[in-house]
Amino acid sequence: MRPWKFSLLMVAAGAGVFALALAIRSDYLFFAGYVVLQFIVLATAWNILGGYCGYVNFGTAAFFAIGTYTTVALHKIGANSGRYLSGTLGELLQPLFPLSVPALVILSGAVAGVIGLGMGYLTLRLRGVFFAIATLAMAVVLQTLVINWEFVGGSRGAYIIREESLPMVGFKLGYVQYLFAIMLLLAAVALSVARLIERSRLGYGFATIRDDEMAAEAAGVPTLRLKLIATAISGALMGMAGAPYPYYIGYVEPAGTFGLQYAVNSIAMPMIGGTTSWAGPLIGAILLGSMQQIATVTISSAVNLLLVGVLLVVFVVIAPNGIMGLIFDWQHARRKP
Amino acid sequence: MTAPLLEVRGLAKRFGGFVALEGIDLDVTPGERLGLIGPNGSGKSTLVNCVCGTLHNETGTVRFAGEVLDGLPAHRRTHMGLARSFQLPRPFTSLTVADNLRVPLLYTVRRRSLLISSPAELDERCLDLLRQVGLDGKARRRPSDLTQVEMRKLELARAMAAEPKLLIADEAMAGLSHSEIEDIIALLMRLNAQGITIIMIEHIMRAVMRFSQRLAVLVSGRKVADGRPEDVVNNPDVVRAYLGQ
Repeated sequence: MRPWKFSLLMVAAGAGVFALALAIRSDYLFFAGYVVLQFIVLATAWNILGGYCGYVNFGTAAFFAIGTYTTVALHKIGANSGRYLSGTLGELLQPLFPLSVPALVILSGAVAGVIGLGMGYLTLRLRGVFFAIATLAMAVVLQTLVINWEFVGGSRGAYIIREESLPMVGFKLGYVQYLFAIMLLLAAVALSVARLIERSRLGYGFATIRDDEMAAEAAGVPTLRLKLIATAISGALMGMAGAPYPYYIGYVEPAGTFGLQYAVNSIAMPMIGGTTSWAGPLIGAILLGSMQQIATVTISSAVNLLLVGVLLVVFVVIAPNGIMGLIFDWQHARRKP
Repeated sequence: MTAPLLEVRGLAKRFGGFVALEGIDLDVTPGERLGLIGPNGSGKSTLVNCVCGTLHNETGTVRFAGEVLDGLPAHRRTHMGLARSFQLPRPFTSLTVADNLRVPLLYTVRRRSLLISSPAELDERCLDLLRQVGLDGKARRRPSDLTQVEMRKLELARAMAAEPKLLIADEAMAGLSHSEIEDIIALLMRLNAQGITIIMIEHIMRAVMRFSQRLAVLVSGRKVADGRPEDVVNNPDVVRAYLGQ
């Protein structure tokens, strides 16, 4: 299937999901669905660096938070435009504020992508476990920075007051529904990007980095450049996933935004789904994400990480290559007589 | 005499206190077939790694086709036309055998010219290369399904796929049977006849003697002999290095 056809299919599937959710008329569905979709984006983004290139990133929460805090900062500027946007440049920018959520998503993606590129440049000379430790350290550094950044509320956190609904042509769209739709679109974008990479020259290059960097260089693959491309794309998508979050949750503070669940889930979901194809993170995120949402309302939100842990152990033992790995093995076995 | 294709001057490499290579001078003229021999641990592979950019030499310079290579990353050297096979095969394990060859085609050959543009042509090129080393039957298998010998052939095919000016075959024949060695020699001869300069690193003397126009001998990180194969094997230093005193 051609990439643009796949993208159209993804958008169509997203529209279908949205229509179905509207038909069910449950606000909770949008509320829970948003989180699942957010994890589809995060898991897919993680997989571009972690699955395709084999570089395990423990800093998902940091990139997510970059998106979130870009939104917080820009929202604050927009809400107090008279105070912060002074001077000639400020007056030029003033008509653009307050920024809409899609604009914030794009800006957050750009910020996170640039930071991803910079972090990549500093850390990608490290391999294996050392790279993983460096990403973890980066998350801690960024969290400390945000805690001490008074403008976005520091450790007290920041409230974002959103409108209740958006006036559309003929009807009013609830804000949660609106954010859900944005996340759906983002998920479609992330999956299209992942699949495009997989089928392109870039995908072959990423696979050689995962397999053997020395041999990749000998074959003419510019490994450092490719890894930087991967961190930038991966970081940008994670930042985009974080951008609408302040509007969704209403109150953000560093401990929650840099929470363990983002790093752990975005690793566990591709692992469970399978890391070598775009479908793996999608399956993993839907499976794990919905299980967590169900567990939150039926048992307690505290079991979420326990659930992840148990599933990870189970999959590492019975299907180390994830669900997609199981499917490939099964197809392979069937093809052979 | 024509200008050398590869020119190594005063190359040295240390690993901590261990001197792996010291004061290596080596010239390879275009179209030449050079055999590089030496006992285990004499620095042959280290020399290849320094020439190809896998390792970086501390002193000395390497010139290729008139350009200084020092400090260039390995992939740039491959783009310039310097390809090597690894002594221990390093296939891309998650790609199929054919896709292993697709990587240098995509990243090196296509960079130079856009001659290979359609996916069908790429497929055909991969298959053609596999046919040359006798692996066409396993194009869709993964490297883990290959035997050690087949992996060496794949390693060689991947280096060939980059369409190099200079091909360095690092022990491409270890473990191969007589007839397979003949096949590989014939293949390398054919490549050489097409104008590709070849450095062969090998322990199998029969193959080296048949193949090489010139032999260079490394012993303990120094070049002790360089010349016509018949002269080199009778050189007292070389005999002493191999057989002891």
